[in-house]
Amino acid sequence: MDREIWITGIGMVSSAGVGVAAHLEALKKGDAPQVDNDSFAPYRVHPVVAVPYEQQIPKKADQRQMEAWQKLGVFAAGMALDAAGLKGDAERLGRLEMIVAAGGGERDYAVDGQILTQAPLSEHPAEMLNERLMSDIRPTMFLAQLSNLLAGNISIVHGVTGGSRTFMGEEQAGVDALRIAEARIRAGQADAFLVGGSYNAERPDVLLIYAMADYLWTHEYAPVTEREDRGGGFILGSGSAFLVVEAADVARARGATPLARLDAVASDMPVRKPGSVAASLDGMWERIAADFDPSRGVVFSGATGAAGVTAEEQSVLARRAGDATVHVTGDLFGHLVEPQFPAGVALAAAALSEGLYDDAVVTGVGHRRGEGSARLSRVG
Amino acid sequence: MTSPHRDRAGRPLVAVTGLGIVTSLGEGKEDNWAALTAGQSGVKRLSRFPVAGLKTTIAATVDFIKAEPFCAPALSQEMAMRAGAEAVGQAGIGAPGDFPGPLFIAVPPVEMEWPHRRALAEAGANGEDVTYATLLAGARTGKFRAWYELFLFGTVAENVARRFGTKGSPISLSTACSSGATSIQLGVEAIRRGETQAALCMGTDGSVHPESLIRFSLLSALSTQNDPPEGASKPFSKNRDGFVMGEGAAAVVLEDYDHALARGAKILGFVLGCGEKGDSFHRTRSSPDGAPAIAAIEGAIRDAGLSPDDIDYVNAHGTSTPENDKMEALGLASVLGERMKSVPISSNKSMVGHTLTAAGAVEAVASLMTIATGRIPPTINYNVPDPAIELDVVPNVARDANVRYVLSNSFGFGGQNTCLVFSGEPG
Repeated sequence: MDREIWITGIGMVSSAGVGVAAHLEALKKGDAPQVDNDSFAPYRVHPVVAVPYEQQIPKKADQRQMEAWQKLGVFAAGMALDAAGLKGDAERLGRLEMIVAAGGGERDYAVDGQILTQAPLSEHPAEMLNERLMSDIRPTMFLAQLSNLLAGNISIVHGVTGGSRTFMGEEQAGVDALRIAEARIRAGQADAFLVGGSYNAERPDVLLIYAMADYLWTHEYAPVTEREDRGGGFILGSGSAFLVVEAADVARARGATPLARLDAVASDMPVRKPGSVAASLDGMWERIAADFDPSRGVVFSGATGAAGVTAEEQSVLARRAGDATVHVTGDLFGHLVEPQFPAGVALAAAALSEGLYDDAVVTGVGHRRGEGSARLSRVG
Repeated sequence: MTSPHRDRAGRPLVAVTGLGIVTSLGEGKEDNWAALTAGQSGVKRLSRFPVAGLKTTIAATVDFIKAEPFCAPALSQEMAMRAGAEAVGQAGIGAPGDFPGPLFIAVPPVEMEWPHRRALAEAGANGEDVTYATLLAGARTGKFRAWYELFLFGTVAENVARRFGTKGSPISLSTACSSGATSIQLGVEAIRRGETQAALCMGTDGSVHPESLIRFSLLSALSTQNDPPEGASKPFSKNRDGFVMGEGAAAVVLEDYDHALARGAKILGFVLGCGEKGDSFHRTRSSPDGAPAIAAIEGAIRDAGLSPDDIDYVNAHGTSTPENDKMEALGLASVLGERMKSVPISSNKSMVGHTLTAAGAVEAVASLMTIATGRIPPTINYNVPDPAIELDVVPNVARDANVRYVLSNSFGFGGQNTCLVFSGEPG
């Protein structure tokens, strides 16, 4: 079996707005992105816009059970299901498969601070830790932290109860989520997927991980590809992107309208060394986009801004993309980590559906490991 | 040339050619199988950290492998390396460091732990109360670069992939307590669609630290019957009162049957079927009617091309929580009918605790060894039968039986239900 695959629904939210149309609009305007320079200074973040959560998560009780990363994801997933015409279709949602790319959830920052303040003063710090954690952690906090509970909340709020799998591993989790969904549909192992991820950058514990290795851009704002000479770096962004990806025969049968055709998804993780990212992306381009037509094409780059690897990716695009328009998604909403690649694919699908282009390539370059590419084309 | 072997649905048959396991009972198949069939418990009083003030003071930790100072990703990675080496070594596939297929590995979600937070707070101290700004100041000293790598979600998978030389982008996954089964399911799917002829599927979990234990404790998920530790995990018993955290890792080498035959590999068994179904009922609780679990069980049996009457033995999820064991018994009764009262079912968790992310893989290894040896490991600590659960739980003592088809169940938080069917023969 070798089935045609369509993208039939997109949900997106980030610092650039709510909904994919708002994102395309922001792309066309080309304004500088929203940046919060102060809340976590010297680190910058791209803060998510105000989100009308009640539109997709009507029960306040559900909202209270989730932290921001989950709410963003459940919201965007709901938008994607709405756009695909699947919302409330219990029978199809009961068979819809899900692959979510996720990290972990927020902490109780005040409790952490109090424990760490008290620890050096305590005669028995380990016992003190036990006592404070037993009394101060909200029991449900764990459910806001567990990686697979974004998927769990999507099941509960939207009723998606086919398979449910959560991939982890930063940027590459988003690439492989789409790759596996694509491969399973192509081979006839499944008919339809909800695929995506979500990220909350406005939290000090995630900044902390990248700050330890000096990956965060702390100079004045500069576009992703103009950071190399000052050591590179990324600005994390809050946001989420989800896509409904379906076998064309199944989508056609239910009268769904395609936004774009998903022709191929590739990923790889060669050992990182100088030139490895360029070679990896070049190889994938050869495999899935050798006949890319720059005159009618567009590229959405998932470059992070990290030194070296960003320059290598840009060198491949310079050679391969010709005169095609190249959008660096990090310049629109920052670095979303797990959902960065799904967000690029979402934007490409939306641009194709508007008839702006006929052909699209999306790249993903993990700041530390992993590369990915997707090829999309206009339907009809 | 002979025609390729296919399952009843016309797909490549998925053979198992390598198994590896590490649990609190020891390292390797031999030690684990001896202990599991002798009804030994790996649950003990916690010595890794002080337990003052905790309601649960026991766990089935892996203490014979040192990851010092303790840190969950470090222990999880080391156990995965050892289980993987055993499995790949047994399979004799590829060349050392050159495994001819992808890696699917279930890993516990990583997070910074308290010793690391304390060190960062100390490095960033400015005489005032500690906040995350203090930790960030500590991070800026540049002294903690190595910890960045440790606390990325993708690190363990990449390190394991490099060690065994697996191909392509390794997948780290979490489906909570069914993760290990999901890793096998992903491998089965990849072989069936002809994408690869071999896959290395693993689950690992070494995350017993104060906060992880306290989290489950606050959800009232853990047994508090601390004395004696080895008596705490008692799946299907009337006096069961929660699960016991366990640590472990397991690895399974899956291979296209024809590929394995062509290279003369010893066939250890087959993965005949996989079933999966999400549950939208609650974040931690299963649908009371068991419908999603039933769908997953039925799905696995159907995918295997079998009927419920074919199942000879069930390797239970059997966590020892009041709710899981009841729901699992209900689900099985609804699929296997009256016959379920006499189909042997046992829970490895009675001995190795709940190895969480690794459980589905650990139990896959036990299921395949049950088929290979014709010996069913018992459910230990079964002294007070639950009249609401009419099952033959192979109480306390291992049993010899001719087992052809095993159903292995895995259910998890977040509405995860994954079931696998194993066999000794190709269909």
